[in-house]
Amino acid sequence: MYLPQTETELAEVIRDADAPLAISGGGTRGVTCEGVTLGTAGMSGITLYEPGAMTVVAQAGTPVAEIEAALATENQRLAFEPMDHRRLLGTEGEPTIGGVMAANISGPRRISVGAARDFLLGVRYVDGAGAIVKNGGRVMKNVTGYDLVKLMSGAYGTLGVLSEVSLKVLPCPETSATLILEGLTEVQGIAALAKALGSPFEITGAAHDPDKRQTLLRIEGFEPSVRYRMEALQKLLGGENHVVQEAGILWAGWRDVAGFAAVDEDIWRVSCKPSDGPALAAKSGALGVRYDWAGGLIWLRMPAGHDLREALGRYDGHATLIRGKDQQRFEPEATGVARLTAGLRERFDPRNLLNRGLMG
Amino acid sequence: MEMPRPNPAVLARKARVVERLQAVLPAQAVIHEESETRAYECDALTAYRCAPMVAVLPATTAEVSAVLRICHEEGVPVVPRGSGTSLAGGALPTADCVILGVARMNGVIETDYDNRFIRVQTGRTNLSVTGAVEEDGFFYAPDPSSQLACAIAGNIAMNSGGAHCLKYGVTTNNLMGVTMVMMDGEIVEIGGTYLDAGGLDLLGVICGSEGQLGVVTEATLRILHKPEGARPVLMGFDDNEVAGACVSDIIKAGVLPVAIEFMDRPCIEATEAFAHAGYPMCEALLIVEVEGSDDEIDHQLALIMEIAQRHNPVELRQSKSAEESAAIWLGRKSAFGAMGQMGDYMCLDGTIPVSSLPHVLRRIGEMSKEYGLRVGNVFHAGDGNMHPLILFDANKPGDLELCEAFGADILKLCVEVGGCLTGEHGVGIEKRDLMHVQYAAADLEAQMAVKDVFDPQWLLNPAKVFPLDASESRRQVAIAAE
Repeated sequence: MYLPQTETELAEVIRDADAPLAISGGGTRGVTCEGVTLGTAGMSGITLYEPGAMTVVAQAGTPVAEIEAALATENQRLAFEPMDHRRLLGTEGEPTIGGVMAANISGPRRISVGAARDFLLGVRYVDGAGAIVKNGGRVMKNVTGYDLVKLMSGAYGTLGVLSEVSLKVLPCPETSATLILEGLTEVQGIAALAKALGSPFEITGAAHDPDKRQTLLRIEGFEPSVRYRMEALQKLLGGENHVVQEAGILWAGWRDVAGFAAVDEDIWRVSCKPSDGPALAAKSGALGVRYDWAGGLIWLRMPAGHDLREALGRYDGHATLIRGKDQQRFEPEATGVARLTAGLRERFDPRNLLNRGLMG
Repeated sequence: MEMPRPNPAVLARKARVVERLQAVLPAQAVIHEESETRAYECDALTAYRCAPMVAVLPATTAEVSAVLRICHEEGVPVVPRGSGTSLAGGALPTADCVILGVARMNGVIETDYDNRFIRVQTGRTNLSVTGAVEEDGFFYAPDPSSQLACAIAGNIAMNSGGAHCLKYGVTTNNLMGVTMVMMDGEIVEIGGTYLDAGGLDLLGVICGSEGQLGVVTEATLRILHKPEGARPVLMGFDDNEVAGACVSDIIKAGVLPVAIEFMDRPCIEATEAFAHAGYPMCEALLIVEVEGSDDEIDHQLALIMEIAQRHNPVELRQSKSAEESAAIWLGRKSAFGAMGQMGDYMCLDGTIPVSSLPHVLRRIGEMSKEYGLRVGNVFHAGDGNMHPLILFDANKPGDLELCEAFGADILKLCVEVGGCLTGEHGVGIEKRDLMHVQYAAADLEAQMAVKDVFDPQWLLNPAKVFPLDASESRRQVAIAAE
């Protein structure tokens, strides 16, 4: 295993490599690739934190927990609510900020504030040839040249290994409340979420649990505002409901898909048009279903080895295998797009060393 | 400003290129007479002009594909054009190019409130996207100042921002999918009505690529329900530094305004003389706007004013009504016009870390004296996006060059303090040769590698974004390949 302590060492490791490298942050997200492990945990530490500018810069191997703790002292947070995969996958280790960004990991709040990639202001990385590259910076508005920051976020290290990331952070709200609607079917639940998201009340969490027949809506902000908006939302949606204050643990459970923890079946994640959610779930043959992002993100518990992609057929979206064997993790791409992504991988990693085969 | 010399071999093929384009487009959509191509000789960076060889105005994705296929086969450079409002020269033609204007493609394809998106043809103007959904209470958030005229195509090309992006983000944060035509005519679909990319985030790199990777003909955009209301507070300070500290304290307090605008003394004075908005004469003026119901606004403005009080403002004026809000915004919205009354001006667009604000303003003031050119600063203070307006006299020989040198020094300063050359206008030709200041050779090489993949012959908007010396070998290969 390689464990470089600096960006320079990271560049040397990659430049000198003659066999595939399996890139690993904290190793908590169940991504396995052939080759020698290249860990980033040795490059750790917050290098800059400016609360008044809402920016933090950290080395890629910095534990997410360390960043969250630093932000908490200034009453700020990573607003995109990154999922912790350890519970769902039964993995151990310390999730790193580089891993979060390389995999573009977002939680329930993604529907209102954006994804991890929307909070990534700048990157430093080492490409597959060993060149150190920077893109973006540490300011919130930056259109100077191509946005490789977005390209690196979600590339799972296949285009380069992150060495440093700079992020936008947001203030924590004064309080939050969650409205729980009881007894709705999946179609009714998703319709209620759509209605709420089409209101001016700035929903920051919108989920539906078909097992419990519960539909959840979160509002965050100043106390009088949250109270006012909750009442308005109750009026808008009606039916049997109650309000839970704060409910941090409840949403941490949704973020981490805790409902599917400690089961043996395959776990899939489907990204789709929200209103298509219930029909897709019905087609899937799933043993369990959870809707997040107002229906736009479906978590499915599937019989092991079942080909979900074949079951779903064509739709606007894609499926990712989060846990399971013998199937491709990522959805195969349409020909034109596949040619572009293959071209990019070839240019950024000409020897095909970085997480070989993971994304095609 | 240096532009590559037109390729004589391409110019010699003009008649054939025109004939082939006329075969796939209606006659009036192919503009090739010199008297008519002149209409496309520049964008909003009017200091630089060059009529294109041909301009075409296709009406469908299929027509765009047919045009690009022909240009690809003929080795003709293509400069895509939205509404031509670029301040960076993003749509400046070369004499051997085909201008591909998307202005005729301005329809709404689909509106879906349940899933909160609108799909439009990209020639549609930014404001008319909101126009298509506002009766139903929705809006499209990115709001560049030119939103009445600028096209979504250009917004995507430049990843445009606006005054309200502190809360709602810029174009890339509100773009869900595109139909794009590659230089060889192939049509690709990227993204869609779902929230995250399936594989690599191609959408993320297409947005802001200044029309160099493909021609985006349709876009799926996120729409939001309008807030119940919005009102600003105006505050004046005797010191830039204090105003900067106030911004920082507001952000740290957990209030996230929808906009924080900053004007310095020269800009306030110009604006007052022009628009008579009733602004206080002071060193720094902030306009902070929040959204919500009336009670919610009052609550947030009270918190903001409490913070402002701690910084001894010389003026603190909370809007209580739509009329008072309009009065507060009047000066800010006429700032560019006011500066324009005082002479020709160049508008810069660098971004700095908010903490560097006092230092940067002080240095700009010093440089203003050194160069003997006046400058006013308007500023999206929440996100550090500066808009220094440098005044010069276009009729005075050498003044434009002096102004450009001053502007370049300001942008270098932005990079030096940890910021960047451009926050929302794009690089275009204007900042092309300054890219070396912000990026090392390897950084530029990585970006150019993306273009190599999307447009191997470097035919799309080829002389933009990258310093000419950095991109030269690639552009020469394209010419030699003929």
